[in-house]
Amino acid sequence: MYELAEAVPWLGSRNPRAARGVVLALMLIAPMIALSAGNTWVRILDFALLYVMLALGLNLVVGFAGLLDLGYIAFYAVGAYTWAFLASPHFGLHLPFWIVLPAGAGFAALAGLILGAPVLRLRGDYLAIVTLGFGEIVRIFMNNLNHPINITNGPQGVNMLDSLSLFGWDISRHIQITDDFKINSLVLFYYVFLLCVVGSVIVIRRLQLSRVGRAWAAIRDDELAAKAIGINVRNMKLLAFSMGATFGGVAGGLFGSFQGFVSPESFSLMESIAILTMVVFGGMGNLGGVILGAIALSLLPELLRSVALPVQQALFGHVILDPEVLRMLLLSLAMIFMMLLRPAGLLPAHARYSRPELAGAGRITE
Amino acid sequence: METLLQQIVNGLVVGSVYALVALGYTMVYGILGLINFAHGDVLMVGALVALQVVLFLQKAFPLLGAVPTLLIALTVAMAVCMALGYIIERTAYRRLRNAPRLAPLITAIGVSFLLQTLAMIIWGRNYHSFPQLITTTPLQPVEGVFITPVQIIILVSSALLMTGLILLVNKTRLGRAMRATAENHRVASLMGVDTNKIIATTFIIGSALAAVAGVMFSSNYGVAHYAMGFTPGLKAFTAAVLGGIGNLGGAMVGGVVLGLVESIGAGYLGSATDLCHLPSWAQSASLIETCANGGSFELLSSNYQDIFAFVILGIVLIFRPTGLLGERVSDRA
Repeated sequence: MYELAEAVPWLGSRNPRAARGVVLALMLIAPMIALSAGNTWVRILDFALLYVMLALGLNLVVGFAGLLDLGYIAFYAVGAYTWAFLASPHFGLHLPFWIVLPAGAGFAALAGLILGAPVLRLRGDYLAIVTLGFGEIVRIFMNNLNHPINITNGPQGVNMLDSLSLFGWDISRHIQITDDFKINSLVLFYYVFLLCVVGSVIVIRRLQLSRVGRAWAAIRDDELAAKAIGINVRNMKLLAFSMGATFGGVAGGLFGSFQGFVSPESFSLMESIAILTMVVFGGMGNLGGVILGAIALSLLPELLRSVALPVQQALFGHVILDPEVLRMLLLSLAMIFMMLLRPAGLLPAHARYSRPELAGAGRITE
Repeated sequence: METLLQQIVNGLVVGSVYALVALGYTMVYGILGLINFAHGDVLMVGALVALQVVLFLQKAFPLLGAVPTLLIALTVAMAVCMALGYIIERTAYRRLRNAPRLAPLITAIGVSFLLQTLAMIIWGRNYHSFPQLITTTPLQPVEGVFITPVQIIILVSSALLMTGLILLVNKTRLGRAMRATAENHRVASLMGVDTNKIIATTFIIGSALAAVAGVMFSSNYGVAHYAMGFTPGLKAFTAAVLGGIGNLGGAMVGGVVLGLVESIGAGYLGSATDLCHLPSWAQSASLIETCANGGSFELLSSNYQDIFAFVILGIVLIFRPTGLLGERVSDRA
């Protein structure tokens, strides 16, 4: 919040309070603006919020604790599949969300522990590869656990997931207030997701400022020194993995309820990389930066899509770069150029929370 | 018995391709301490360029024999990949040589995805069938065991290339400079080694090997695809770690061992996890019925083949981070 407010041009540094108001107002009226452009855009905003939540969770692991996790999407998958198993006709279970969502979060946290425990000793690039392998293993299992006993329904995935219902309202239906005024379900989802994001931000902010957050920062900056001043490195790393995974699990559950359908395809390595790019692009370790990165990188491809397709049609008469290609192009270029030109991200973390070496990384010492 | 022999043959072939790719990883890691994520995608570019050249030659010079066509395609693919390797090093990695450890890694991932995207733009999303220039009629050295001429060529040429590389690194002036740079950049440059040039050369050599591996891979499986580099890349990295990263001999041993484990494992995974082998008291009634009808109840099938590499990688990194032959420690990151 604070970091986001500071980033508001002109106003941010002069009147932080007003800037915060602007950010808040923007977040609240965003779906209304999007609605005027069509339901698709509200949908895109909803997904953007899911990405924000994922990026926040990954930032906990990468930005705070300095553990590069390339298999983060696996936790998202665990959350989504938990929803699919406990609230869909697949197994005939229809549990309410206040059981399913915590269960998804719990399973994801457990998965985080399972991943974290063996890789505690690994650092940097080795850790990245092993977590990547973990993500792939989860995906391979999702694809193949339909035989001999059908658990995940294989590549087809599970569909007809129950939607989110709050206090007896099914929010996947429009709410008819008067005859000609109704609230769109996509807008309802937006506010539910927004609530979850705000909740996550508060929790993560508190964590960051707490003893735990400082311990993570210490481990990230110098593991040996952290150990020497009495930080329990093992437990703190495990905590980072499982806390990060929890947010992924919650986001996964919400994704399942929103989409109504899960399949292994949604949980590819590309998605892990996309989330990592959002974190890196916005600014590792800075909540505002991470949120900005997630929003920017989930909206930009859609904007490009709506601009580039007609332009290509007009220029060449057919589509040369389809939207998925554009998205990958954008993400990979964002990753490369961000690291080369502005390695600390759009909104760099405050010096107090940042690793000094990263702040100076832009300088070339050849 | 034939199955086992057959799986060993397949494993050796795949393993030698892994070994070639692993050499590229291990050389770069030895010198820069960087996992060159884009290495697998260089393999993909090699395969697709070779495919393009073969198609062109078949159309333009249909009278050219199979072997010259393949050789020209291979040469062009190697040249393109060497240039690509140089460009990647020059533009993406060189500036980050003194940056904190996460920065070059993230850039490398970005480069990898950039290459895939560009390949997708150029060659599309479809699988392309790679023309089988060399006869694919399998030979039968032993009754029941098949090996195709392509596989024999793969085995022989990768053995030759690896020998060549070892000689290059151990016997030549360039090799000595490479070893010195791997040992210590700064001291090497004080001794008059142009380390920038050596590092670029390393990338170029690694990319050339990857191009060869890509052509081998495509000729063996008969397909080429924009995302084909990812899995072999990851497996080759596993092979490099398995053998001891930074160690050339290790990469070769690791590649072959990984290929064998994977191939033999995939051959037996199904029947090894078949619950019908359980003693009958441990089987449920429905299971007994399935098994009695000649059915099977395989918990894991060969679909899980790709898991071997990751599991091996995890186990090696956790229990023997130095690898089979390595002396480097995993702690440096």
